[in-house]
Amino acid sequence: MNKKVVFEAKNLCINAVRDDGSELPIVKDINFQVREGEVVALIGESGSGKTTIALSSLGYCKPGLKISNGQTTLFNQDLTTMNIEELRQIRGEKVAYLAQSAIATFNPALKINEQVTESAVIHGSKTQIEANEFAKGLYHSLDLPNPEHIGERYPHQVSGGQLQRLMAAMALCGEPSLLVLDEPTTALDVTTQIEVLKAFKKVIRERGAAAIYVTHDLAVVAQIADRIVVLYSGDIQEKGSANEVISKPRHPYTKRLMQAVRPLPAAGKKTKANKTDKVIQIKGVSAGYGGDVMSKPKEVILKDINLELSRGEVLGVIGESGSGKSTLARVIAGLLPSFKGEILLDGEKLKPRLEDRPRSELRKIQFVYQMADTAINPKQTIGNILGRPLEFYLNIYGNKQKERVLELLDMVELPKEFYTRYPHELSGGQKQRINLARALAAEPEVLLCDEVTSALDSIVGANVIDLLRGLRKNLGVSFVFISHDLSTVSAFADSIAVMYKGIIAETGSVHKVLSPPSHPYTDLLISSVPELRVGWLEDADKNIQKAKTLLEKEYII
Amino acid sequence: MISDKNNEDKHFVAPYSKEVSFDELQDAPPSGKFRLSITGKLGVIVVAFWLFVAVFGQFLAPYEENDLPFPDDYSEFQKPRAGAWLGTDVDDRDILSRIMYGAGRTIGISLAGVLIAYVIGVTLGIGSSIAGSRIDQILTQFFNIMLAIPTIMFGLVVVAAVGSSIPVLIITAGAIFSPVVFRLSRALGMEIMVMDFVEAAKVRGEGYRWIIFKEIWPNAAMPLISDFGLRFIYVILFVSSLSFLGLGVQPPLADWGSMVRENLGALQYGESVIPILAPAIAIASLTVAINLIVDDVSAHAGGKLSGRL
Amino acid sequence: MYRIILTKIGAGLLTTLGVSIVIFLGTNALPGDAAQIRLGQAATEDSLKALREELGLNLPLYQQYFRWLFNFVQGEFGTSLASGNVTIAQLISDRYENTLIVSSLTAMIGVPISVGLGIIAAMFPGSIYDRFLTLGSVTLVAAPEFFTATLMVLFVVFFLGIGNAVVVGSIDDKNLAELITHFILPIATLCLVIAAQLIRMTRAAVLNVMNSPYIEMAILKGIPRRRVVMRHALLNAIGPIVNVIAINLAYVVTGVIVIEVYFGYAGLATLIVQGVQTRDYILIQTLGMIFCATYVILMMIADLSSILSNPRLRHPK
Repeated sequence: MNKKVVFEAKNLCINAVRDDGSELPIVKDINFQVREGEVVALIGESGSGKTTIALSSLGYCKPGLKISNGQTTLFNQDLTTMNIEELRQIRGEKVAYLAQSAIATFNPALKINEQVTESAVIHGSKTQIEANEFAKGLYHSLDLPNPEHIGERYPHQVSGGQLQRLMAAMALCGEPSLLVLDEPTTALDVTTQIEVLKAFKKVIRERGAAAIYVTHDLAVVAQIADRIVVLYSGDIQEKGSANEVISKPRHPYTKRLMQAVRPLPAAGKKTKANKTDKVIQIKGVSAGYGGDVMSKPKEVILKDINLELSRGEVLGVIGESGSGKSTLARVIAGLLPSFKGEILLDGEKLKPRLEDRPRSELRKIQFVYQMADTAINPKQTIGNILGRPLEFYLNIYGNKQKERVLELLDMVELPKEFYTRYPHELSGGQKQRINLARALAAEPEVLLCDEVTSALDSIVGANVIDLLRGLRKNLGVSFVFISHDLSTVSAFADSIAVMYKGIIAETGSVHKVLSPPSHPYTDLLISSVPELRVGWLEDADKNIQKAKTLLEKEYII
Repeated sequence: MISDKNNEDKHFVAPYSKEVSFDELQDAPPSGKFRLSITGKLGVIVVAFWLFVAVFGQFLAPYEENDLPFPDDYSEFQKPRAGAWLGTDVDDRDILSRIMYGAGRTIGISLAGVLIAYVIGVTLGIGSSIAGSRIDQILTQFFNIMLAIPTIMFGLVVVAAVGSSIPVLIITAGAIFSPVVFRLSRALGMEIMVMDFVEAAKVRGEGYRWIIFKEIWPNAAMPLISDFGLRFIYVILFVSSLSFLGLGVQPPLADWGSMVRENLGALQYGESVIPILAPAIAIASLTVAINLIVDDVSAHAGGKLSGRL
Repeated sequence: MYRIILTKIGAGLLTTLGVSIVIFLGTNALPGDAAQIRLGQAATEDSLKALREELGLNLPLYQQYFRWLFNFVQGEFGTSLASGNVTIAQLISDRYENTLIVSSLTAMIGVPISVGLGIIAAMFPGSIYDRFLTLGSVTLVAAPEFFTATLMVLFVVFFLGIGNAVVVGSIDDKNLAELITHFILPIATLCLVIAAQLIRMTRAAVLNVMNSPYIEMAILKGIPRRRVVMRHALLNAIGPIVNVIAINLAYVVTGVIVIEVYFGYAGLATLIVQGVQTRDYILIQTLGMIFCATYVILMMIADLSSILSNPRLRHPK
């Protein structure tokens, strides 16, 4: 444990400077070290200051922020006192940065190779020819397709997962001693995430570089970090070796973060729903976009879907982006009329078009959107937002309405004072609760929840799931719960429908779907769910490769 | 504890109390309340001053707009002196009085014009964004053609066709500037229409009335109001330019643009420049002042609205 | 991508056609027709009828329109109604040089300087230089052209003592010094007028690019400031900047009207104002079309430049 210290933050304090000149502390007295060949993870949710701290290792503060106290050192050189030119010499050469979204960080007008090599060439550590060769080597070791020629492309000509790896090449080309990775896999689909993570891990180990890994995802951290720093509101809560923090968390905040990571439930969970009373039956429904209403659309998204939802049941719908899971919800809600097949609500046929459905039917199916930020009107008070469905569907006005709204607020565990507030005064999780309460106000039979937790931090998301579980028990509402996250779905649902390329790949009770033998795509999803243990990545990789080969055979991806 | 914090090899746990709940952190704290900058405040003062003059100017002016302050001492372009604090114009009329009379006319015509443009543009623009493809296409095509004609050129053709009078000026200004307002409100309407909360209202089964007035309008109002100032500037410039070309407000009525034209001779004869400069400054001070306010407001709103167009 | 360009050009042509209809109908609303005006009040019914037939005024309106459009495209603009028997082509050929010189010199001098100033302002946002430029352009953008012109006259003529407040005579027999005094005021004024708008819009376009994540990335890669601006930012800003330039050149088309009248400058713009005053609708039709077509073409260039600058379209997958 006497390795050289690469980076150190000493009593680091960073403030945000507001328009009126007042300052607000964002990072409060942070101390930590990164030593040679070591990956240190900064863990925290939004607002924890983790990105701000990571950027300080490049001597950089986002506009509007400034270091108010303490220092950051790189090989014992103080970064806070360096001038622009000195910092320029270090950036890209000794420290390199990988951002969250590669699509935004690649310059759309320049070829990939120029962007990958330019830092090394400009700093003079390599000639253009050496850098080109080195970059090709990196493309090879990052498992990029067509490594000899991928650099000649423009950023928009390669996929998101590839671009994310190319960004790693960009950072590594100058052979830096310290890598700063800022949520580099968050924007990716689960199955892609594993591959990218694997590539990163391999390269970091090969090059022996030190790294700062910023993320909110404990399961990811478990795979890659040597040591963990847990942050909350700009303060260190817990700090220690990865093994220790993950297996024996001591601080209550760390414990809560751990709880929010849900392991896949063991197969064998019992279903409670009454299987005979069907609320929704979907029979042979096909739908898509383009073309005239009711005729066959140009692009068919959903193909011959058959599903059933019993009263009080929670049906989880899972799939990756583009699988058609959100489209399914839109078809049930009537936003996208199906051109084939039929949907029955309480045994009666629903009109495909929203406009043709009577108000009483509309009331029974309520839609809950993913982004609470855009799903509630910013110019209406919470009282108005929740009051409207009451007067619209149930003819409840005046004092009775207000009473009911307060009850609803109570139901979603929000204080009564919110009645007169506007959405922008609420946090993300609170807005999502309002979003839910608005749907509940209609006293529906079915709630269509479209990725309701994916925009939220993990703890907040876990709390919303707990709330949903309670509501379900008390109200007896049925749910169609759509998500890309298998562990969230299986924690809440009774039965699962796995969607893949517009069809139902597999359906059945959670128990049935999770236990083998299952569809190769389900296998792929199951093996991609990160587990909170060190060494999982390597184990998972074998299963993932197996599932992928099977899937390719069957579907020719 | 301190030693632990700095010893990298020891497991460190921050002190905590049982009560702390580690709630979700609020989003970025709202920046300080909106305050006008110095230039913005200056703008407000100047605009208020001109609005006052526009309404009360004709009652406070020392002379009628076509009166001669010195009937016995008739000579054009007199230098400022007691009795005519800004001197006299090409017909020996008092420039100060004419500016005070002209204020009401220039500002009144422009304000009426921009209001008409807004009524037409916003109604059709928001309507078009909701009405859907067929009507929307026709309206957009039509207004695109209107937009392809430079405003002054449009004014020239209209004035050539029907002659110039104050009602014609107002209606022309309204018609010429409605396409821009149409485009802005349509864009805004479209932007808001695809928001989830509008879709949520549709899924609820709400009718057009509710969607327009309760969902779209409250969100479109603020951007539209801040664009109003900018549009007002352009209409003032348009009306004054037409008057300057001799095709707007007709003599002997005083109007800032036509005052510049009437007195253009002062330049040729190398006389006092005040007869030209005074009305030009009047217009510029008003439009620049409005622009200073608009600039302040849109800087606060984050990004210029006109950037959308 | 060629399809997009062709659609844009097609749309531009359609717009021009639409504009021509508006102009034709607008000028047709003028009281009295060409025959009446040309022959005067004393004309007999027979001679009126004969002339109308000759000019095609007895045809249905749409046929008259197509006839006019057809002639216009071939460069046959007809004869002026107000100035005796002078053809419109004659009137235009006497004047177009003046307008062309002023607007092209404005473009050649004003555009590069303004764009340069705008880029520098965007490189140092918040600096004293930037604030000064921003305040200056906020002021000039909103001020009427004749205000700017008056300021220029005060400065150039009365303060510097060069140039004439009024442009007199033709340019044919003048030496260089005389030519400079001849043109300096209208050109300087027009330059100032478009500079205000151009600086603002260029600055905004470059700042927009400078705030994008890939610029931050370039800084974090230790790329020198010059290269960040010249290679990373400008390459992406070039489309928006060309767009801004085209929009402002289109603006010169209208701005030149007020400037020509202000300085009593004998160009196309004064001609059209004259046409409106004498209700010479054939002159208005022709010049209106010329101005509008130029405007539409420049706007089309603006549109195309922003499409062409998008690498996603230039290098499809």
